[in-house]
Amino acid sequence: MLDALAGFVGELRAAGLPVSLTESLDATEALRHVPLGDREAFKAALAATLVKSAGHRRAFETAFEVWFSAGAGALAAGVAAAGGDGAGEGGEGEDLAGLVEAALRDGDDEALRALAARAVAAWSGMSAGRPAGGTYYLYRTLRGLDLDGALERLVAGAGARSALDERLAGDEYRARAERFRGEVEAEIRRRLVADRGAEALARTLRKPLPEDLDFMHATREELAALRRALQPVARRLAVRLARRRRHRRRGPLDFRSTVRHSMSYGGVPAEPRFRRPHPAKPEIWVIADVSGSVAAFARFTLQFVYAISSEFSRVRSFAFVDGVDEVTRLFDGADDISDAVERVNAEADVVWLDGHSDYGHALTALWERWGGEIGPRTTVILLGDARNNYHAAEAWVVGDMAARARHVYWLNPEPRSYWDTGDSIVAEYARFCDGAFECRNLSQLERFVEHLG
Amino acid sequence: MTLGGAGGEPRFESVEALRRSLAGAGYLADAAIAGVVYLADRLGKPVLVEGPAGTGKTQLAKSVAEVTGARLIRLQCYEGLDEAKALYEWNYRKQLLRIQAERVAEQGGAGWEALEEDIFSEAFLLPRPLLEAIRAADPVVLLVDEVDRVEVETEALLLEVLSDYQVSIPELGTVTATQVPLVFLTSNNTRELSEALKRRCLYLHVDYPDVERERQIVLAKVPGIDEHMADQVARVVRSIRALELKKAPSVSETLDWAATLVLLNVTTIGAEVVRDTLHLLLKHRSDIAKARRQFPVEA
Repeated sequence: MLDALAGFVGELRAAGLPVSLTESLDATEALRHVPLGDREAFKAALAATLVKSAGHRRAFETAFEVWFSAGAGALAAGVAAAGGDGAGEGGEGEDLAGLVEAALRDGDDEALRALAARAVAAWSGMSAGRPAGGTYYLYRTLRGLDLDGALERLVAGAGARSALDERLAGDEYRARAERFRGEVEAEIRRRLVADRGAEALARTLRKPLPEDLDFMHATREELAALRRALQPVARRLAVRLARRRRHRRRGPLDFRSTVRHSMSYGGVPAEPRFRRPHPAKPEIWVIADVSGSVAAFARFTLQFVYAISSEFSRVRSFAFVDGVDEVTRLFDGADDISDAVERVNAEADVVWLDGHSDYGHALTALWERWGGEIGPRTTVILLGDARNNYHAAEAWVVGDMAARARHVYWLNPEPRSYWDTGDSIVAEYARFCDGAFECRNLSQLERFVEHLG
Repeated sequence: MTLGGAGGEPRFESVEALRRSLAGAGYLADAAIAGVVYLADRLGKPVLVEGPAGTGKTQLAKSVAEVTGARLIRLQCYEGLDEAKALYEWNYRKQLLRIQAERVAEQGGAGWEALEEDIFSEAFLLPRPLLEAIRAADPVVLLVDEVDRVEVETEALLLEVLSDYQVSIPELGTVTATQVPLVFLTSNNTRELSEALKRRCLYLHVDYPDVERERQIVLAKVPGIDEHMADQVARVVRSIRALELKKAPSVSETLDWAATLVLLNVTTIGAEVVRDTLHLLLKHRSDIAKARRQFPVEA
């Protein structure tokens, strides 16, 4: 047991969770009070001592499923017996899909669990030693079951009297289908562990935390997870910036307040009071490349900056591809920032000639129209990968901006090793900037914005 | 210093027993919550309860205090919290007055050493919540509320209390707890707590409840509501939470909404009713607009 626990802790550390020695000792201690055989209590005890952050919970669950899978031995026999079963036989296959639909309609959790095991045995095509990944088996199983069709039929057949009832019924069935999908995934994972062993599998299953997901390579689900993670991160950063501004230094002595407080000490000024200085908030200009490759990054950064816009005195934003347009009006007074960000794509007038990035023309146009409004309190942030399609660079614009503004920064979502390869001309622009930063994921973005404030 | 309650035995026999007594006190805990509280009692460690606002974190501490018959000592954290307001403070004014009185009565008075011992004695010590919890002879539950509002540097004064259950006062010495209190720290996750603090605690994440549990909570807490309505309330709230909102409705808002529906004599919930009463569940204009779009009124 101790070995298994030590291995599990090692796996958690490899997945990015900071588990200290004290915490693993606590876990060992806690397990003494857990009744043997109660898997849920066992998992809860480990979670309480080893996982100290809500964002890490998912990584913990994946690792737990792999390391302490239930009944692995019996299932290994199951895999061998049912192995090599590629396409489900006709009759039994249809029967299974119908049974699943019936179980979803009735909300029978036990039946769903059993059916998940049978479906995996019938459709996934798992066989011992095959090098395919878990998602492949999942795809095959779900395709064989036609879950989406079943959901539609269920919602239609629910006999809903109003739109609200239909919506609630849909929610319920979707939730059940999610649970079923989770069961199928767990079953596949159990069989894979029985086949390949826990360590090998854990390596392939490690999922990055939302803060470390690359903007440029995120899938749709990961983008949704990023959007959800954006809000709390922005809030935490805003709190940090506000506190830092407030406590940076003490101001001059506030004589009146000191004398007033000395009254309770009988006239002795035992507690001097100081005036709090109010440092000025910076003004930010965000100039974002919204062409295809960088669009997701630009959207997230805009969303992030506007989420903490209360920490800045003013935020003006511009979008460009080869033409440039100011998009501040879309964000001013918008309650819902993600909506406004969507509108940037639709309403901004950013295409001039052919819709391929032309940094030179965009920057020149921006300088002509708005350059005069850059002041000594402005911080300019340029977002883009500087892939200019071999057009003219016009880097003098950035130089003029740097001369007028307080700071100019360049944020690049590509890894540093890709900079200046191909048609990327970051070095030409970065020459005039106060700093060129790599901003591939949310945590790097957060660090940069904290550095700003 | 002995673990557990006043007699040294653990306070709860089993997770199930704890769950039942909490339900008796009106707090519906799921297996995870009860499990962590049970472990905290056995291991003598504090519990860090994190989660969105309004999900019953503070209520958990209050219910546990009620169930164990302990006194609840509450330390409400805020940004300017310092040692003087959390641990202990010397009553400077009383000390100054004592010194002044001594000076007046100089002829018959004792020397400086005796005076110094006198003014740094227990009588001149103002105990604040943490010290009070440590010194208490009766069973005590300590609730440190919203610990994420405190500065990272100020968290340091909690560390000694949480790990060793003792407070060091330079003039008096170290005060050690005679019995280990149950400690709950709540956090709304507005900032990342320091590693040192997290290491000393057991972690409990309290999220929004699922449909089943929310239905039970509504049934238990809202008088006059029937099963069907409670079920519908829970389902509608789940539907609203699935949208991407600035602030999802919390359990307390669900209970308010259910109570209002009972007051308005609503028997079945329709789209019209939901739209009219959305402001009870959602507190941001953009959220209300978004939710309204999801519940269109039929012609």
